Amino acid sequence: HIATSLPLPSERDHLRPRIDLIVFMIDIKSKYSLKNVETSLAHVDASFFLGKVCFLVTGVGRVNACSIDTNAVCKLGETYCSPVLFCELELEGVRAATAQRLVRMLQISAGHIPGVSALSFVSLMRKSNDD
Amino acid sequence: MDETVAEYIRRTVLKIPRNEIKTILEKWGFLSEAQLQTLNFHQIKDNISQEVVHLCEENSAGIKQAAALDIIYNHIYQNKRMWSVYQMKKSGEEVEYFDITEFKKKFKGRLRSALKNVTITFKEYEDNAIWIRVAWGTPHKKPNQYKPSYVVYHSQTPYVFISASVLKSNLPLLCQALIVASNYHDIREMELRSHSLNSLKDIVFKRYSQNFPTYTRKPPQGGNVEPGNADIRIVQENRSEKERIHRLNQEAFGSGPQPKLEFAQYRLETMFKSDPKMDVLDKKEPFRCLVKFSSPHLLESLKSLAPAGMADAPLSPLLTCIPHKARNYFKIREKKGLLPEGFVSP
Repeated sequence: HIATSLPLPSERDHLRPRIDLIVFMIDIKSKYSLKNVETSLAHVDASFFLGKVCFLVTGVGRVNACSIDTNAVCKLGETYCSPVLFCELELEGVRAATAQRLVRMLQISAGHIPGVSALSFVSLMRKSNDD
Repeated sequence: MDETVAEYIRRTVLKIPRNEIKTILEKWGFLSEAQLQTLNFHQIKDNISQEVVHLCEENSAGIKQAAALDIIYNHIYQNKRMWSVYQMKKSGEEVEYFDITEFKKKFKGRLRSALKNVTITFKEYEDNAIWIRVAWGTPHKKPNQYKPSYVVYHSQTPYVFISASVLKSNLPLLCQALIVASNYHDIREMELRSHSLNSLKDIVFKRYSQNFPTYTRKPPQGGNVEPGNADIRIVQENRSEKERIHRLNQEAFGSGPQPKLEFAQYRLETMFKSDPKMDVLDKKEPFRCLVKFSSPHLLESLKSLAPAGMADAPLSPLLTCIPHKARNYFKIREKKGLLPEGFVSP
């Protein structure tokens, strides 16, 4: 399901299946994109932040066009205990690799991989020098 | 042949891209087929232009022929110039039969009686457009052929398109000659300027596709907002919002291609409205500000703003009214109480 912002339109509530993973896409070339994601985050139920949310930063290939500081995005990831992925959608190879990563994460979040739960993401997020 | 004429022809030919020189010389028709055959169009332009000048000398070209070549060049490359639109007003309701010879005679007569040194050239085109080229001089100097003014007049309409030369002082005289020649009694400059002459014509002749407001409630259609969405596993959550934006955009801009304008300019003479606690400007006078939008194709980019998610739909009527009001220069003053929007002055 693709949406431009949250909350999702209520008229489709009955058609929507269970949501296993929310990927917030941030275009590094647009400050508005980051702002939009920040406002949408307020509409997400707290339970999702146990491994069912991920931030995907796109457009990182074009270094000259960056409008957002990557530190700001990483901080966002830390605040919401969710992983941050960087990718460049215009490159087919990177696009395919990122898609595979997301599908893998989705499989885990949806409970399809026995022995690994979405909560594992949270523990993997802790940096080694945090302790 | 006059040296100045030779130089002018040489420079005009130099302006033309090499692969177009042959076509334009053929259109000009001053050099014969045989003469054109002798020209080598594969050498550098400098040499081509010298050869052309040679041939013109054989035919004894004068300033009239040189001016004709210049009109042809400017007709083909009309988008290199900046055009302004003028509207003429008739005093009465009489519909007079337009006689092109009368028009030319009166126009020439009026200009020449005021200014002896002018070069005036006319050329008519199939779309009823009359092109006029005027090179201006002074009582003591010969006309400057390198800074002419161009006028395009469609005789069935009250509109005149002028690309003035840098010498703006001749504009009133030009306008006077036009109204005298065309039997109108007044002329005024519209606040509409662009490089694309055809787009200006589209706007004032109302040739672009406009959307007329429909008052019948149409049932919402699941229109083709995302035609490339072949994968049914992708669900667009905001489909109704996208369709709303698409519909509002269609209402504002119509479905056809937009006329090509390069900029819109808004001169604000409104009061600065800030938080009273901030006390930014304690002088109660208008805050003068100029807002200019520029783009290679302004109206198409405005049309794509809302679908791209960069602006809310509907767009401000100050932007969408540009083709309907036939203007891209606006003066916005303080609203005088009763008017809902900032007062847009004529």
